[in-house]
Amino acid sequence: MLFKPVLLWTDVLLWLLLAGVGLYAWKVRQREHLIRPWRRLLRSRSGVASAVVLLAFVAVGVLDSLHFRLPLEKQGSNTGIHYSPEVLSVFDLIAGPLRKRVEKTYSAPFAAHLYTKETIELPGGKQLRDYPRLKYGGAHLRDPERELGEDVVLTALQGGAYALILLSGLTVLLSLWLARRRGVAPGAAWATIRQGHDEIPWRTFLITLGLLILCACLAVVFSAKYHIFGTDKVGQDVFYLSLKSIRTGLMIGTLTTLVMLPFALLLGIMAGYFRGWVDDVIQYVYTTLSSIPGVLLIAAAVLILQVYMDSNQDAFDTVVARADIRLLFLCVILGITSWTGLCRLLRGETLKLREMEFIQAATAFGVGHFRIIARHILPNVMHIVLISIVLDFSALVLAEAVLSYVGVGVDPAMQSWGNMINGARLEMAREPMVWWSLAAAFVFMFVLVLSANLFSDRMRDAFDPRTR
Amino acid sequence: MNAPLLVVDNLRTWLDAGKTQVRAVDGVSFAINRHETFALLGESGCGKSMTALAIMRLLPEAGRIVSGSVLLDGQNLLALPEIGMRTVRGKRIAMVFQEPMTSLNPVMTVGRQVAETLYRHTSLRGAAVQARVLELLDAVGLPDARARCNDYPFQLSGGMKQRVVIAIALACEPDLLIADEPTTALDVTIQAQVLDLLRRLQHERGMAVMLISHDLGVVAGMAQRIAVMYAGEIVEMADREAFFAAPRHPYTRKLFASLPGAARRGRQLEIIRGSVPPLDSDFSGCRFASRCDFAWQKCSDEIPVWSEVAPGHQVRCHLLQSTERVVSETVVPPLPASLPESTVETSLLEVDDLKVHFPIRKGLFKRVAGHVRAVDGVSLAISPGRTLALVGESGCGKTTVGKGILQLIRPTGGSVRFAGEELTQLSGSALRARRAAFQIVFQDPYASLDPRMRVADIIDEGMVALGTASAGERQAQMDKLLGQVGLSAGSKYRYPHEFSGGQRQRIAIARALAVKPRLIVCDEPTSALDVSVQAQILNLLRGLQDELGLAYLFITHNLAVVEYFAHEVAVMYLGRIVERGTVEEVMNAPRHPYTQALLSAVPVVDTASRREIIRLAGDLPSPANPPLGCHFHPRCPRAMSVCRQNYPAAINFSATHRTSCYLYRK
Repeated sequence: MLFKPVLLWTDVLLWLLLAGVGLYAWKVRQREHLIRPWRRLLRSRSGVASAVVLLAFVAVGVLDSLHFRLPLEKQGSNTGIHYSPEVLSVFDLIAGPLRKRVEKTYSAPFAAHLYTKETIELPGGKQLRDYPRLKYGGAHLRDPERELGEDVVLTALQGGAYALILLSGLTVLLSLWLARRRGVAPGAAWATIRQGHDEIPWRTFLITLGLLILCACLAVVFSAKYHIFGTDKVGQDVFYLSLKSIRTGLMIGTLTTLVMLPFALLLGIMAGYFRGWVDDVIQYVYTTLSSIPGVLLIAAAVLILQVYMDSNQDAFDTVVARADIRLLFLCVILGITSWTGLCRLLRGETLKLREMEFIQAATAFGVGHFRIIARHILPNVMHIVLISIVLDFSALVLAEAVLSYVGVGVDPAMQSWGNMINGARLEMAREPMVWWSLAAAFVFMFVLVLSANLFSDRMRDAFDPRTR
Repeated sequence: MNAPLLVVDNLRTWLDAGKTQVRAVDGVSFAINRHETFALLGESGCGKSMTALAIMRLLPEAGRIVSGSVLLDGQNLLALPEIGMRTVRGKRIAMVFQEPMTSLNPVMTVGRQVAETLYRHTSLRGAAVQARVLELLDAVGLPDARARCNDYPFQLSGGMKQRVVIAIALACEPDLLIADEPTTALDVTIQAQVLDLLRRLQHERGMAVMLISHDLGVVAGMAQRIAVMYAGEIVEMADREAFFAAPRHPYTRKLFASLPGAARRGRQLEIIRGSVPPLDSDFSGCRFASRCDFAWQKCSDEIPVWSEVAPGHQVRCHLLQSTERVVSETVVPPLPASLPESTVETSLLEVDDLKVHFPIRKGLFKRVAGHVRAVDGVSLAISPGRTLALVGESGCGKTTVGKGILQLIRPTGGSVRFAGEELTQLSGSALRARRAAFQIVFQDPYASLDPRMRVADIIDEGMVALGTASAGERQAQMDKLLGQVGLSAGSKYRYPHEFSGGQRQRIAIARALAVKPRLIVCDEPTSALDVSVQAQILNLLRGLQDELGLAYLFITHNLAVVEYFAHEVAVMYLGRIVERGTVEEVMNAPRHPYTQALLSAVPVVDTASRREIIRLAGDLPSPANPPLGCHFHPRCPRAMSVCRQNYPAAINFSATHRTSCYLYRK
């Protein structure tokens, strides 16, 4: 076998989630009234732009969720194939060079030298205390002092050229496709795109995509020669770490929602629909739960898990599996502590809906409670659910950072923005300061959360029935 | 002093609606004299409120005044800066809105809300303001004004709130009072009180009133001059006498003809076909042409001019200027539909001593602290193919009776026998199996259809739930039903929001009919609709009754509809039926003082035959704490001492007519 697939728990859940989204999309395609708000979303410029950015993040996260183990090279006469204990993902393969080019310790972005002085043995036996050259970063330069600026400009031009070629290819394809769909000449299709006259803002789409492609091309050409975000304490490329953290962030954002949704939906609608003692019990539960400080509950749960994992070492065969269980557990406990808000919203909405006359008309037909909930109430609260999921997502990504900073977040061995920020606590205290891990984590998180917020903002507008 | 107070000339107000402009008000001109009541009459969406808001310069964000002038005493309001406008609003022109619940600030006492205007526009301060506030509240007839002054709006009833709103409007003695549907949200007896008040105040203070209403009856009782609006322009303007004696514009005549009433019993009501044209483009002809029975080629080619047909009576119609076409009297009404005569047969529905009490819970453990006796011993019976109207003011429990009969709310006591079977004892599946026979049509056609279901799914739902037909039959049935209620079969695959109010009510009726019921509870099915649409729905219900032999329990507060539509009437007051009988008995010879007051309070169009209004003091008491003895005695003009002790027993006048009142004790 070429490789042995590894299915981590969070991977399974992510694929299930994607399947669910696919199913929803398929269902939406058939229903005119469900498709309408999405269409409205696609017609807003900031909606399209943020969707493109979000999709890029999701693509990285999904590629990073296809895990496997490579076989070890045959040693001696052993017949069986042994697999490496290191779990890799498809993304790791793509970003292989980034992963493997490990320096000795800190180095600044685009540096050719280490960030700390070391004693270097000169060929004559003399010793010199200076910044040593990096093994990989800027290794092709003979005299970094003089050549660096020129090289950066040249490489940037090269990356820009690639981006331009790619983008114009895509533009031509898009124009052709639109022309074919509308039955006009490709030139005419391109003209409407350029003037921004389309219903779907294709121009905005192309500009956002162009910027993304430009960033990607520059990143590719530069990271072949330099560490564009520098390296961390053990010499790992910070850009690579930031990219790996995307998966962690997305997992926390989405899986937590997955855990929280059944609680919120079921209990919220039940409380609002049945009222009486059911309502009382559910209200008491969530009032109690939301008055316990969330961080305390999470810390306790994570510590319990840690103890369990320490006493059952054999259950987890790789480091990644251990980290993954902890991530999953974090999602679950975050989900359990965060369903109350949505639950309260849904209860209120259901209380309003159940008094609506169409529900009473259904009761007059003798429609059962379950059917009323499934056919009348659930579809009518779905817009609230969608909106609050997207809004919660960005809050959860930020929560991960805070929890890791406090020390109850994801496994320290797992790459995450929270861990990067946590590490930066000591780095910022150094003299001279190491600022790039924090900056990289900040930039990535900022872009993700900003686009998620913009997207949810547009979505709230698009799904608000009053704007119809 | 002969110059008019307010002159509106060629006012155009457009609303931005995305890419198009809705021309809500399109060239409206009129003048209001001092001491005059001027009424603007029209159906919803014709631009009458927008005209009032434009005069006050209070248009919504999307609205703008495109052209025209508004002269108040010769001063052009549209040219005033906003700061100058603020001294006009409240001081010279005051406005009373439709909904008293939302026009008062819920967190301020009513006294302070009245005082606010005084502080803004007068130099009164301190105790003088207090004195003036009390004077104003007294003037609008707020009982016990000194104590009420410190109450919050939620402590007052709807009628009292509207009085406070009027007091605020009057605070600075404005020259012009704009009343935008001031009584639409109120009950008939309260409406009579408020209209009375407005009339009295106008007389005392000599201000001009601009009354906006859709109700011909209200207009007939209040206005000296009347303008009818249609699709953004005024189509007819006349003095009251001329207007009600001989309306000239085809639209106005249609409006009169579509009013239900005793005189039209047994006939179809006139309807205006089609709907108001979209207002986002220029018209090349008459706006009413597409719906007019008299329209001919000229109507769609040429815009009719504003012309005087008699002194002070102006109309915008080609018919009245051309001699080439003679106005034939309105088309002959369809032949009277045969009404099944009152045959004494077994009742379909028999309700005996129905009680629905809602517990009032208090405290941490939700102990029952009392009961709201929403329905307290109601008995009635309906025969197949007949209509029983249940009449009463809002809050008297008539909707709860309907829901109690359908077992949507389980009754606290009493019996409901449908076709000989006791429904109150049935539960779960046994009840579900019988639900097909009795259905309900609700008041608000916007709330009664699930916005996320297609019409086909909506109609299908009942048939699926009750398993009355197979899939193929259901499709055929659905097409037949849509035809029956006057909708095309193509509307099956559309969503409710694509339909107008009247069409939605048709869908709701089709949904109820789908399971072949024998009784339909109609809970105010036309009160959210315009007069012309109401006529369509009433015609439809009447037709279906003749065709299918349906029995209706028709819950309403509109007595004109009752006179037109019902066979029998039951009048409800505070959870009990006070009078019952056939429609002729109750409407022509009401016995109970409440029925008499209710009937007298209805504004009538026919100015000649106005009844003497019996004024009822106060409001409906709370059903949580009904008065001892006869529930009506605190408001009754003929109350005796015995009325305060025990609830009167029912007295029969004929086999069908009975009332509960001590006046007729033998």
